[in-house]
Amino acid sequence: MSALEPTADGEAILSIRDLNFFYGDFRGLKDVSLDIAKNQVTAFIGPSGCGKSTLLRTFNRMYDLYPGQRAEGQINFHGKNLLDKKQDVNLVRAKIGMVFQKPTPFPMTIYENIAFGVRLYEKLAKSEMDDRVEWALRKAAMWQEAKDKLQQSGLSLSGGQQQRLCIARTIAVKPEIVLLDEPTSALDPISTAKIEELIDELKNDYTIAIVTHNMQQAARISDLTAFMYLGELVEFGKTDSLFVKPQKKQTEDYITGRFG
Amino acid sequence: MQLYSRRVWTNRIGIALSMGAMLFGLLALLWILWTLFYNGFSALSWEFFTEDTPAPGSEGGGLRNAIVGSLMIVGMTTLVSTPIGILAGIYLAEFGTTSKFAAMTRFVTDIMLSAPSIVIGLFVYALMVATLGGFSGWAGSVALSLIAVPVVVRTTENMLLLVPTALREAAFAVGAPRWQVSLKVTLRAVKAGVVTGILLAIARVTGETAPLLFTALNNQFYSTDMSQPMGNLPVVIFQFAMSPYENWVNLAWGGALLIALFVLGVNILARVLFRKKSTD
Amino acid sequence: MRAAQAPVDLHAEQVRKFKLQDFLFHQVTLAFAFLVLAALVGILISLAMEALPVFRESGPAFLWTNVWNVPEDQYGALSAIYGTVVTSIIALVIAVPVSFGIALFLTETCPVWLRRPLGTAIELLAGVPSIIYGIWGLFVFAPLFAAHVQPHLQAALGDVPVIGGWFAGPPIGIGILTAGIVLSLMVIPFVASVMRDVFETVPPALKESAYGVGCTTWEVVIHVVLPYTRVGVIGGIMLGLGRALGETMAVTFVIGNANRIVGSLYAPGTSIASTLANEFGEADPGLHISALFALGLVLFIITFVVLAISRWLIRRSVAKQGR
Repeated sequence: MSALEPTADGEAILSIRDLNFFYGDFRGLKDVSLDIAKNQVTAFIGPSGCGKSTLLRTFNRMYDLYPGQRAEGQINFHGKNLLDKKQDVNLVRAKIGMVFQKPTPFPMTIYENIAFGVRLYEKLAKSEMDDRVEWALRKAAMWQEAKDKLQQSGLSLSGGQQQRLCIARTIAVKPEIVLLDEPTSALDPISTAKIEELIDELKNDYTIAIVTHNMQQAARISDLTAFMYLGELVEFGKTDSLFVKPQKKQTEDYITGRFG
Repeated sequence: MQLYSRRVWTNRIGIALSMGAMLFGLLALLWILWTLFYNGFSALSWEFFTEDTPAPGSEGGGLRNAIVGSLMIVGMTTLVSTPIGILAGIYLAEFGTTSKFAAMTRFVTDIMLSAPSIVIGLFVYALMVATLGGFSGWAGSVALSLIAVPVVVRTTENMLLLVPTALREAAFAVGAPRWQVSLKVTLRAVKAGVVTGILLAIARVTGETAPLLFTALNNQFYSTDMSQPMGNLPVVIFQFAMSPYENWVNLAWGGALLIALFVLGVNILARVLFRKKSTD
Repeated sequence: MRAAQAPVDLHAEQVRKFKLQDFLFHQVTLAFAFLVLAALVGILISLAMEALPVFRESGPAFLWTNVWNVPEDQYGALSAIYGTVVTSIIALVIAVPVSFGIALFLTETCPVWLRRPLGTAIELLAGVPSIIYGIWGLFVFAPLFAAHVQPHLQAALGDVPVIGGWFAGPPIGIGILTAGIVLSLMVIPFVASVMRDVFETVPPALKESAYGVGCTTWEVVIHVVLPYTRVGVIGGIMLGLGRALGETMAVTFVIGNANRIVGSLYAPGTSIASTLANEFGEADPGLHISALFALGLVLFIITFVVLAISRWLIRRSVAKQGR
């Protein structure tokens, strides 16, 4: 039982209460409660299988795609429970974007990769769309590399560029929250550094939740860190204090590398 | 050491036999292709493509009506079976991962892949020829579609299942509805595989004779009217090869060569296309 | 701690549109999947309905009556079923060991650079239309077989008790045995491909540990690969059987088309598919057509059962590997 009080400064954009998650009979998340603070970077760390990705995937109801997976509890977003059956998932996903571990460019041109999501909920004129594509690529620090090959396939880019394209694609829809599920684990160190820089800039406009297995990365880029273990939220607090002075034994063991 | 040498010899004999089997298979392929070329090539001529099937016992003539008929029947089959097969394949891959109905459909599709094609001809005869008053090119196309659809369904499904989950999820993650995820992202990602499936289906039905015997029947005259009996290469080859007329038999060899070249060509094209795409 | 207030459903209309589109998409794809299923049911029903008159006339005895007399309007399926089964058995007797050899060669002993081209060649062989096998069998194989093989077989085996009778009669090249052989060539690629695929599911570690204790290639195949893939191999054989039973063209050209049962494999016979191919076009409406439909129904049910077992076995063996 996590008696832990959710703590976060400022405004909470997502507030999660007593969240439980089930894969069939297996309980993957146990009574998780915390707040995701607006315009902050919240990192989720913990050993593999601790439920950090599972938690992230409840925020945009990605688990809905799979029969047998279900979540109980509350994830409040603008006063509504996202887990409510009546909540339209497509819209949730447009508001809460997600970037995946492996780059996932759609099998279309770079331009179309970005326009695809925008077109779903907005009717833009050609010039407006051009502007939006440029804007998103600039935000993702991709414009210089991509501007001359907008009509080329997204698959022609390098891995790091593909991942930034995916970030551009996500923010082009103008979501409020961006979920990053180990976004750099498939990338080389240089690409990783670029993406970390990007995350730092993006937090001015977006709320970011990132799952990472890399503790240094969490320490470098996040404002708040949540440590999870065996489906439970063990400790949640300001990144600086959590890494310097963990409150729980398990957290300390993990960040000092004693397990995980 | 006696035991050991016996084991070594058993092994050698086994390996030699397996190589012999491989050789046997390859020689059979070469033999069949060689006779096809040897007998068929001499039949190919300008008239072969420009003149219609000759009357029994007469000289000359060609297979124009049969070639055109085959192209039309197979073309129509492709047009009919491609959308049906792709949509059914999408259902199995996207909606049918757990349902009983989908499992049953999958099973039946697998069986239809190898079902006796002559029985499909009987079915279409009962369904269309007997009821709508006569043999027709349409009936031929329907019969061939029943054979082609399962091929397209299964390749489409198998290809879609190869799409990385992350790509599918990524498309959902920008808020796209299911139909756009399927048609604009996942299906497009496996375009080459699906086209391969369609090509394999075309190759499969082009040489099918049995289902056309009682559906498209044959037509010794040039006709592009699909509602009438229609000449087609397989049935012409069958009739001509079984006939006592030397000229007809020659034409049958020519037709057989033509069909074999087309089918092998399409098969190879399908492989090249798929391999190029999958090594990208 | 307060949740920010802002309207979430700005795009309610779009959401509704997507819901409707998704619903339609689901239903449309479902309908097409249903079509495939309906085709099978349709085949069964229509064949059964058309076959009804002959079963009304002769009852189930249709299946085991050895008579096929068109002028007298008397029909029994036995000779066609006999021909179908015997040609398929001959085909398998030849095809199974050869396919096994090919699969063994392709997975175990073939140099790696040759695997793909040879495998492709075998798959291409599977794509050759059966009418090509038929015409080749009639004009090339049968005359050679009659002149150079049949007399020798007869001389060598004709006096052996029991099986001697199989090789009796004039060596005319056309008949049940020839049909079985041509059929086997047609079936080999299918069986070999499946066997190769299931052989490849054997975990390398399993084979390596057998080689590690000093097994020869042959021993590894017989004692490790075959037991491991038994189910899939049988599935592949059943698939070949299903193909052989229902094959029309490769058989019709060379079986001789005689509606009778003779002990000799040299004698002409008939199979269900070749009877249909030969007689259906000229059959008069009435009992004759009904009898032909009944043959089709019998063929469809037999192949359905064989193929169903085959699929089930192949699935099971592949699923085992997935675990």
